Amino acid sequence: MAGSGNSEVKLLGAWASPYVARARIALNLKEVQYEFLEEQFGTKSELLLKSNPIYKKIPVLIHDDKPICESLIIVQYIDEVWVSSGPALMPADAYDRALHRFWAVYIDDKFVPALFGMMRAPTEEAKAESKEQALASLQLLEEAFGKISKGKPFFGGDTIGYLDVALGAFVGWMKAFEEMNGFKLLDDAKTPLLCAWAENFCNNEVVGAVIPETAKLVELAKVMQARFKNAPPAN
Amino acid sequence: MASEKGVMLLDFWVSPFGQRARIALAEKGVQYEYKEENLTEKSELLLKANPVHKKIPVLIHDGKPVCESLIIVEYIDEVWSDKAPLMPSDPYQRAQARFWADFVDKKVYDCGSRLWKLKGEEQQAAKKEMIEILQLLEAQLGDKKYFGGDSFGFVDVAFVPFTSWFYSYETCANFSVEGVAPKVAQWAKRCLERESVAKTLSDPKKVYEFVCFLKKKFGVE
Repeated sequence: MAGSGNSEVKLLGAWASPYVARARIALNLKEVQYEFLEEQFGTKSELLLKSNPIYKKIPVLIHDDKPICESLIIVQYIDEVWVSSGPALMPADAYDRALHRFWAVYIDDKFVPALFGMMRAPTEEAKAESKEQALASLQLLEEAFGKISKGKPFFGGDTIGYLDVALGAFVGWMKAFEEMNGFKLLDDAKTPLLCAWAENFCNNEVVGAVIPETAKLVELAKVMQARFKNAPPAN
Repeated sequence: MASEKGVMLLDFWVSPFGQRARIALAEKGVQYEYKEENLTEKSELLLKANPVHKKIPVLIHDGKPVCESLIIVEYIDEVWSDKAPLMPSDPYQRAQARFWADFVDKKVYDCGSRLWKLKGEEQQAAKKEMIEILQLLEAQLGDKKYFGGDSFGFVDVAFVPFTSWFYSYETCANFSVEGVAPKVAQWAKRCLERESVAKTLSDPKKVYEFVCFLKKKFGVE
């Protein structure tokens, strides 16, 4: 999907970042030509610091030289700008929109910290706590899926929607953690709907192109874990 | 919840998050039932309406609950779209509005709480951070009448309830909002000229009494 020459759409990101994946999936779903500018791990480019001076984080979408920051805000922006390209990501009904937004915020506030908490946890006890929180979050998301999807394959119904992108971008990392820790986050017994959903989501060709291979993420996770272990303890 | 027609807001009098919803409803002229929650003894209704977080505010519209204050405000703006639009119509401006409202969410309340919870060096660090936050907001406001430009908008609604906490922040941490962010201070006064804001915001002295009560409760000297 790299643009050629005069790209008006640029995305600052990194291959492994699930937040960046949200933006890429949305751009792909809307068939937007864009230039992907990969940030190097451990450094921040001038362009990034200039485009996101407040948080200095990826992803940053730059559209006609105007930066948009925060992955969920970027996804909504993409949906609103390229409105005539492909199905809408946000539901048509205001209440359904509120539900999608609520669970997207929940994913960011509760699920993701628990998911990555398993990797960063300094003690076995802390790791177990993160694992419990991650599983509990997925249980709530399973229930939410049941109510929101109304029997269809996605949170968005027949097509991938905002909440599918919000959660689906993390499926690669979920698979990596499953492999590293030897237990299932998405379980046919406990979260059958989400299991089916994850498969449908990953089978979508624009998604498949974005979610990194599990093996590569596992390799990266091991490097990052070593860094955390060797780093001096935070004060 | 029975699917009763109408609008109800589960809230707590001094909550700046609840006040966001109240201001949005007032701007739109929406009639609603206000229910004050006792946060030490949450009602059945609250626990049922927000089982995930068990927090206020919760907007219940025709029996269906909407949670999280900024989500509530966007919902109100979208449903009662005929009057006083809070979100801009341009997608880039909308992204900016969401960004800055989210910034207020991430930064102001947390940092503010640290101003009255902590002492000594830690409090000084929180004070430095609060000044930075206010100055970033000052830069964003610039010479505009409101964060939303000429019209009172989403970021204004998100931030204005915290202006009644300025007195508490100033008193606990010994600084002046007007001194570090004069445009924000002027903006706060301008907002109070709006009926929706004047009728909703808590008296800063009452907020300070509440903060003192919390300090005692948390054992902060």
